[in-house]
Order: sequence, then C-alpha cells, then structure tokens
Amino acid sequence: MKGETDLVTTVTTTGALSFDGIGMTFPDGTEALRNITFSIDKGEFITVVGPSGCGKSTLLRIASGLLDPTAGSVEVDRERLGYVFQDATLLPWRTVRQNIELLAELHGFDSAERTRLSTAAIELVGLTGFENHYPKSLSGGMKMRTSLARTLTLKPPVFLFDEPFGAVDEMTREHLNEETQRLFQSEGFAGLFITHSISEAVFMSTKVYVMSARPGRIIAGFDVPFSYPRQPELRFNPDFAQLSGEVSLALRGS
Amino acid sequence: MTVSPDLIRPAPEGSASDLPPAEEALVHTPGPLPGASRPKSLVRVAVPPVVLGAALLGFWYVISYVILEPSRRFLLQPPHKVVEVGFLEWDNYSRILKALWNSTQVALIGLGIAITIGFFLATMMSQAKMIERAVFPFAVTLQAIPILAIVPMIGFWFGYGTTARVIVCIIISLFPIIMNTLFGLQSAERGMHDLFTLHQANRLTRLRKLMFPAALPAVFAGLRISAGLAVIGAIVGDFFFGQGEAGIGQLLRRYASQLDGEELLTSVIMSSALGVVTFWTFGWIQKLVIGKWHETEVLG
Ligand SMILES: Nc1ncnc2c1ncn2[C@@H]1O[C@H](COP(=O)(O)OP(=O)(O)OP(=O)(O)O)[C@@H](O)[C@H]1O
Ligand SMILES: [Mg+2]
Repeated sequence: MKGETDLVTTVTTTGALSFDGIGMTFPDGTEALRNITFSIDKGEFITVVGPSGCGKSTLLRIASGLLDPTAGSVEVDRERLGYVFQDATLLPWRTVRQNIELLAELHGFDSAERTRLSTAAIELVGLTGFENHYPKSLSGGMKMRTSLARTLTLKPPVFLFDEPFGAVDEMTREHLNEETQRLFQSEGFAGLFITHSISEAVFMSTKVYVMSARPGRIIAGFDVPFSYPRQPELRFNPDFAQLSGEVSLALRGS
Repeated sequence: MTVSPDLIRPAPEGSASDLPPAEEALVHTPGPLPGASRPKSLVRVAVPPVVLGAALLGFWYVISYVILEPSRRFLLQPPHKVVEVGFLEWDNYSRILKALWNSTQVALIGLGIAITIGFFLATMMSQAKMIERAVFPFAVTLQAIPILAIVPMIGFWFGYGTTARVIVCIIISLFPIIMNTLFGLQSAERGMHDLFTLHQANRLTRLRKLMFPAALPAVFAGLRISAGLAVIGAIVGDFFFGQGEAGIGQLLRRYASQLDGEELLTSVIMSSALGVVTFWTFGWIQKLVIGKWHETEVLG
C-alpha cells in the first residue's frame, strides 16, 4: 500500500492542478526549480517537503499565477483558487469577519451572500464569538484560522498552502492539522501543502513528495495509506512512525 | 531532519483534537495590550509636570525681580503681571484672541489645501514610479527652502494679504504630508498585495481597500507634524504681511516694538497653546479613526 509511487515521473495533465515540466530560473541566474511534473486530482491532498530554499514557495507562486515559470506549464482553474500564505496576511483595519469577507468582496458577492459565506466559514474554523475582534488581539493560531476561513469562503476546488502553520506552536499546529484534514474531507478540495514538518505532512496527506535542494526536483513520493478522518492518536501509530522515518530518510538524501 | 519529537510525547487525551479556539483565548485574552493603556495613577501623571512648572515659574520670578533691575524689568515682567495685563484686561485679551482666531483660520485653510495637494500628489506617486521619480526632487527642494527667504517674494507676488499668508502655510506644511502619505501608501506588505493580485483586484479597489487604509497611521503622523507647521506658517506669514485682517504675528510685532512685555508674553503663550491644541486635536482624531485597530502611541 505505501511506498514510493511511480507517479513522480509520470506526466499527467488531467488533475485539478498539474505541473508539466516546470522550471524556474530567476533573472539573477538562481535556478529554483527543475523539471517538476506531477498533478493533483480532486480528493487528493499532496504535501511537498523539502529543505529550506529549495523552491517550494516558488512552486506555489507559479501554481497561483503570481509568477510565470521559465519552463513548462501549469494547468489549473485560477478563477477560485485558494491560496493560504505562510503569514496570515490579515488586514489590521478589518475585524475577523470583515477579513474573512474580503475575498468574497473582491469577487463581487453581495452583502447578504458575504455574510452567509463568512458565517459558515467562521463556524468551520471555530472562530465563533471572535467575529468582531481585530487581528491585533488574536493569537497566532487564531490569525491562521481567520486566514483559512477567508479562503474557505470561496469554496476553492484547489487549495494551496504555503507552510501556513510554520509560525505557530507545536500544540496549536497539531490542532490546526486536525482541522485542515477535516476540512479537506468535508470540502473535498484538491490540496497542495508545503511544509518543513514531516509529521504534519504524513498526518494530513494522501501523498507526500520530497523535494531536493536547489534546484528543486521531486526525488521521492510516498502514498499515505491511513483512512480519513484521521485521529490525533494516529501520530503514535507504528506505521505512522515507519512512514515518517522513510520520508525523513529520503529528505536527508536530498 | 528527524521524525519529529512528538512521537515520544505522551498520548493526549481524546478531547485534545477538538479544542475550540476558546482554549487559546484563555491564554490570549483580547483586551488592553501591554503598554497600550496602562492605568496610571493621577498623582504619578500630574505631579512631575506640576513640579517642573512651579520650578520654571520660580525661575521666571528670579529673573524678573533678582536679575533684572527695576529699570529693565519691562524685558521680562513677572508672571502675575502678565496675567493681570495680558489675560485679565479684557481689551487686551480679546484683541489677542481675535488675532489668534484669524491666524487659526489661515492655518486651517492652508493645511486643508496642503492636505488636498499632498494626498493627490502622493497617490499619483504611488501609482507610477515615473511620477514618483519626477516629483520627488521637487518635494525635497520644497522641504529645503528656508521659509524666511521666500516670504518676501510671496508677498511680492501675491500681495500682503490673506492669500500670501495661506501660501506660506501651504509651502511649509506640504512636504510632511506628501512624504508620510507616500510612505503609508507603500507600506502595505507584499503578501497583501499578492492577495489582491490573486483575486484580480483592479487599481481602484487596491487603492481603496488596501493602500489607503494601510496608509492611515503614517498619514496621521504626517498630519500632526504639518498641522503644527501650518500654525507656524500662519504666524510667520502674518508677521510679514500687514494687509487684511491682522493675525497674531502682527500683534507680536506691534507689542514687541511698543515694549508691551505683558501683552507680548500673553501672545506668545497663546500661540504656543494653539500649537499644542492643534497637535492634540489631530492626535485625538487619529485615535478616533484608527485607534481601534492600530497600536497608536499618542503622546500627551
Ligand atoms: N525573485 C527572486 N529572485 C531571485 N531568486 C529568488 C527569487 N525568489 C526566490 N528566489 C530564490 O529561489 C530559491 C527558492 O526560493 P523559495 O522561496 O521558493 O524557497 P522555499 O523552498 O520556499 O524556502 P523556505 O522553505 O525557506 O520557505 C531561494 O534560493 C531563493 O533565494
Ligand atoms: Mg517558502
């Protein structure tokens, strides 16, 4: 069931999001990515782990269209793409609810619809009661929840996460992992998640890819066989430890 | 990288997965932040300035009565005489208040125009690097102009009335508005801009929903500086331009030449008070507008 998948080298262009031969060399000559090819289908949650500076954020920026690759192509519907940044990037002059409604506002939803969407999203991420707080009075974890909820209002079919929980403490991170995994299940998006944390990667994903140091290439892939919903206790399961160990080895090899 | 230390932690209780944010809230109760509005006892706030004020008054008396001989006492009349003649003789005080009000109006008109021009220029500069590059050197030059050097020329060109006074105010208060507003408009983080780009926000939406609100703290910082400068501009302009309604500058000039020490000091005190009130007023507006979300340090 688990182990290296052959998808790593297979060209697939049918997914909700597909990278085909992506290469990125910055104008200053930095080659960040080389020949990245993989795709993510609906119902898949793929996590990419890799050493710092290997081009993970660059890959997401390319996926979202914020950056054009110097080689290869991306196929994705950008109309309602979800993208959660490493920072919560909340607008400090807006309350939690107003922040969550921002994207719906930018996409031209009317006020009644916005209220409906934000109320649902607030409930989903467990921020009920904090709607009227300003970001300055939120903890790091709550800011991240707000950022997640903001993206959830769009009901994105494809969801990109760039190390969103890198800045929160271990306990909060685990809670947020559990919530994200639940959202993945309930919302049914295709997820592409970037992280440094192997346990986070294995806990949430259907598949984990390992990237090499710069220029970033996919050097290993692992199917994660555990069924959803995943319980916190999964982290103490021997199979979980075994798989985490394998990913860790592959990462060291990078 | 290792398999992460959480594998050797004791298993959490079953409920751990479902902890609502309320659990975080316990640790992070939203409310007064440290330093934001610490309740201070009135005594600790009031005593130091009162003590210093009393010392200064004492020093003033020493100069008036000990250092100055009676024949030269007119140079610095003692405080109680200033109060008697300047503040309590209604003829004198009302004349000073009237002049102060005229100067205040000039300062406000000048400031209003400077704000309009400054916002417009800064907004344009934020929209195109080319405009920024074109305007920047002139804005800096404006700042570097010694105002006294061009006051005569302003009178020469615009007459010696209200227009000239207002123009002095505009010139002296424009630079901080342009610079602070521009700095503010450029202060929105890259991540926020990415967010707006990602969701296809147009230029106007980006300005309205991101750049303008992000600029507010810097704008207010600029306004408080400029408001103070506009008051100075109004007084300086009035000092040199005698036509039209006389302001406090004209009075200062007259009292100085007539050796009316009490009235002169009263005018100086009232001008300073105007500056302080202006500074506070803008601080207060700032608190009202952005105090809810911005951790503003409002002095005084
Ligand atoms: N605009 C740019 N111009 C030049 N080099 C860049 C640019 N953006 C990123 N890089 C370089 O590309 C490489 C990959 O950057 P990227 O941010 O994608 O790494 P990352 O894997 O996300 O790192 P981290 O794990 O630290 O977030 C880095 O070496 C970075 O310095
Ligand atoms: Mg990164």
